[in-house]
Amino acid sequence: MVKRARFPKKGKKAQIGKAKKKAKKPAKKMKMKKKIAVRSAKKIHSKSKARHVKKKAHARNANGVKMKAKGKSVVAKAVKIPIPQKEQRKPRCIVLAGFGLNAEAELAHAFCLAGAEAEIVHFSDISSGREKLSDYEIFAIPGGWSFGDDIAGGRVLSNKLKHTFRAQFEAFVASGKPMLGVCNGFQVLVKLGALPNISGSFAQESTLTFNKSGRFEDRWVYLKPQKSACKYFEGVPFINCPVRHGEGQFVPRDRKMLDALARAGMVPIKYCDEKLDDSAGYPQNPNGSAENIAGICDKTGKILGLMPHPECSIARTLFPRFTAGVSYEKNSMRFFENIVKAAKEHVK
Amino acid sequence: MAAGGNASGIPTVNGSLYFDERYLGKPLVYCGTGGIMPSSLPDGRKTHEKRVMSGDRIFMVGGRIGKDGIHGATFSSEGLSETSPVSAVQLGDPYTQKKMLDFLLEARDAGLYNFTQDCGAGGISSSIGEMAESSGGCTVHLDRAPLKYPGLDPWEIFVSESQERMTLAVPPGKAGEFVSLAHLRDVEVSDLGEFDASGFLRVLYGARVVAFISMQFLHKGVPQLQLDAELRTPKLSEPAIAEHQNLGGILLSLLARPNICSKEHIIRQYDHEVQGSSVVKPLCGVKADGPSDAGVIAPLLGRPEGLVVSNGICARYSDIDAYQMAANAVDEAVRNYVSAGGSLDRLALLDNFCWGDPIASPDNPDGRHRLAQLVSACQGLYDACLAYGAPLISGKDSMKNDYRHGKWRISVPPTLLISAVGKTDDVSLSQTTDFKSAGDAIYVLGLTRAELGASEYYAMNNATGTAVPKVDFRRNAALYKKLEIAIRRGVLSSCHDCSEGGLAVALAECCIGGRLGAAVAFPQGKYIGKLTPAQLLFSESSGRFVVSVKRKSEKALRAIMRGAACERVGEVKGDLLSISVRGQEAVSVPVEGLSSAWKRTMGW
Repeated sequence: MVKRARFPKKGKKAQIGKAKKKAKKPAKKMKMKKKIAVRSAKKIHSKSKARHVKKKAHARNANGVKMKAKGKSVVAKAVKIPIPQKEQRKPRCIVLAGFGLNAEAELAHAFCLAGAEAEIVHFSDISSGREKLSDYEIFAIPGGWSFGDDIAGGRVLSNKLKHTFRAQFEAFVASGKPMLGVCNGFQVLVKLGALPNISGSFAQESTLTFNKSGRFEDRWVYLKPQKSACKYFEGVPFINCPVRHGEGQFVPRDRKMLDALARAGMVPIKYCDEKLDDSAGYPQNPNGSAENIAGICDKTGKILGLMPHPECSIARTLFPRFTAGVSYEKNSMRFFENIVKAAKEHVK
Repeated sequence: MAAGGNASGIPTVNGSLYFDERYLGKPLVYCGTGGIMPSSLPDGRKTHEKRVMSGDRIFMVGGRIGKDGIHGATFSSEGLSETSPVSAVQLGDPYTQKKMLDFLLEARDAGLYNFTQDCGAGGISSSIGEMAESSGGCTVHLDRAPLKYPGLDPWEIFVSESQERMTLAVPPGKAGEFVSLAHLRDVEVSDLGEFDASGFLRVLYGARVVAFISMQFLHKGVPQLQLDAELRTPKLSEPAIAEHQNLGGILLSLLARPNICSKEHIIRQYDHEVQGSSVVKPLCGVKADGPSDAGVIAPLLGRPEGLVVSNGICARYSDIDAYQMAANAVDEAVRNYVSAGGSLDRLALLDNFCWGDPIASPDNPDGRHRLAQLVSACQGLYDACLAYGAPLISGKDSMKNDYRHGKWRISVPPTLLISAVGKTDDVSLSQTTDFKSAGDAIYVLGLTRAELGASEYYAMNNATGTAVPKVDFRRNAALYKKLEIAIRRGVLSSCHDCSEGGLAVALAECCIGGRLGAAVAFPQGKYIGKLTPAQLLFSESSGRFVVSVKRKSEKALRAIMRGAACERVGEVKGDLLSISVRGQEAVSVPVEGLSSAWKRTMGW
């Protein structure tokens, strides 16, 4: 289920409802945040929600539906199967929200479908110490317009992070747990210096700047995985998903750096055309990125940032041509499942 | 609109752009937003019932107050001129609003407020004034309101329409928790006073009382206007346009007209995918550049239920008949809605009127006629809503859309925008407009009549004409219900409504979407009767669709459509759109030619 971390409410204990695993958490921690009680699926059904409550409902139902339809799907695997020994819990995914980020619900939903337990957490809940990154195995920063992107995409949020929970963030990076930045989240990671971080000193080495077309564009693109340190695209022949940004042009410092990125396997994904030719120009490369680069990773391959939105192509009906029978949702789901798989080794 | 919608994280899934020279003085922008509300809150309260309790604190939330937007509403209800104040326009900041929105949803679920109202026209004067009706009075301290900069007079603070603000009634016991949540989320809130049951709206600035008005007078004191209306029949006649043998060239010119051409350049600058729920997007087809009739979203991620959203607007028809203008606007919205997979059983409409000044004065000699047009339009709207069983759940009007400069006056044509919205149980049954595969049969649903009045074809010939499309509500409603069944049963391969430009344009658009040609023939017979080729191809008669079906589904389609006009006119084929009328070739244009004509006008 997707949950949204809640503001503490005086005198009211966190209600975790049916999520039994949560009961193991220390009571002290439970007081820290009030979580939305998980209602029975039936009750949720009758209560269509505004954004955040709604998210929770989907995830639950989506799991349910998927399980029934395809008993052997990966989602089903992640759902409880009675095992006599100690059962490994699902990896926890923290999806950042607040301050103008706006694509947290669909990103959390994708991670839930892929077998993680995703929680949407407001930035200020981390900076104020209510939530700790170390409680999670995946850190995801979604798309949006953080701080209105008024100075440059992701600039202010990355500065705010630097001056609030930088130590936690760097510890998360050092732990080797998966981290994903999509769109605005990618911009944040680049401006933080977490990507590509060739020097290892979290200094900004490249940038994402205004599209060559000079305007915001929403269009579907094809992405071709490259040989790289990043394992999240294993078994993914290509991804078809939307881009929607005004500042997505990847610009490295210089040619030398571009070559270094390629040599070190830090370019895991490129824009391509329908025939998977990754040298195609505009509009297949929608923003004029150097060498059609759609996303980059760090040296370990654990931190990935990309401009396109694979979380928006995880269901058949989201594809523009599904009415003609064309959809590739399995490819996008495989990508998220790979991230969740990589997170599993960090589950204690 | 792109900046506001995109930065707010709200997908812009449907829209249209309508050109007429009379919008030069005052361009109109309509924007509609929908949301989903829980039927009850975690604490059990029903969300559709809201009440301000006496003793509740008055909180203003969000942005600060500045001089921008003072008299915004009265400004938009006045003729525009070179002396119009710059400060009447509000300066928006979607980021502030997004923060406020996230905060309000969180505070709502935590049960921290009783009532909310946005600060629209009239700013806090109207939001607090309206909310105070619920409790029976209030005391407001204007000096406690946060300002963008000092120097505002009390009345300016009270009426400023600076954006991104909401007024809330917060129970006194929850105020502390409310304020600390706001601080945590970096949202500015200020306690401006208290709702009470005193029977008066009392406004203070420091110790000075700056307003003291009885609630009775405030809400019931306005006398109703009595206005006279007089409908003048316009002196119009059908133009004599020479019959062309080859209508292909005319079709290409129509496709390039601003009201018909591709709006891809604009659409792509709107984020129509955020929230991961857009099923039918504004563009469709193999190259994702064909037009969609409606937007379909599935906002409950992972669930099949969704919403269909569409619109209808045909202002120019009011040059002939305002009643039919309104009726056609509703019909177009409903047509688009049904075409994408919407159901008449779950349909609701919104009406937005923009008119030239309808109050007669020496300055405004045709005021009585405009008022009569307003009455006619309302009658058309009324009849249409009853016929389609659709309630009007929201709307707005703006009545002074005139621009004056010396002797010149430019007034907008009477304009009614209808938005349609409804729930669908399964978004996977949605349909798009593009032809899907060669060999599919093409049908035209609905009757074509000699109705070229106020059409794009006449406009291209600088004519208005008289035969405006007349909506046959009963026949159309019956057809829409049948079409709904056909779509729900998955019988169709594509479905596109006919509107501006008529049948020929609709066929061309289906071809462009699928990058497939079509061989279409209208032999002499019952369907075309006495229509001339131009009337057949370019009339904008209501209640029509172009659909394509697999050969094996033709029987099923005919069975469903029994009793309705359902004419097989050809098949999807090759890469050429050819249309013959009474055995004579009228149109023969390669699909690439159609597409480049259609995309060129705004292909920046």
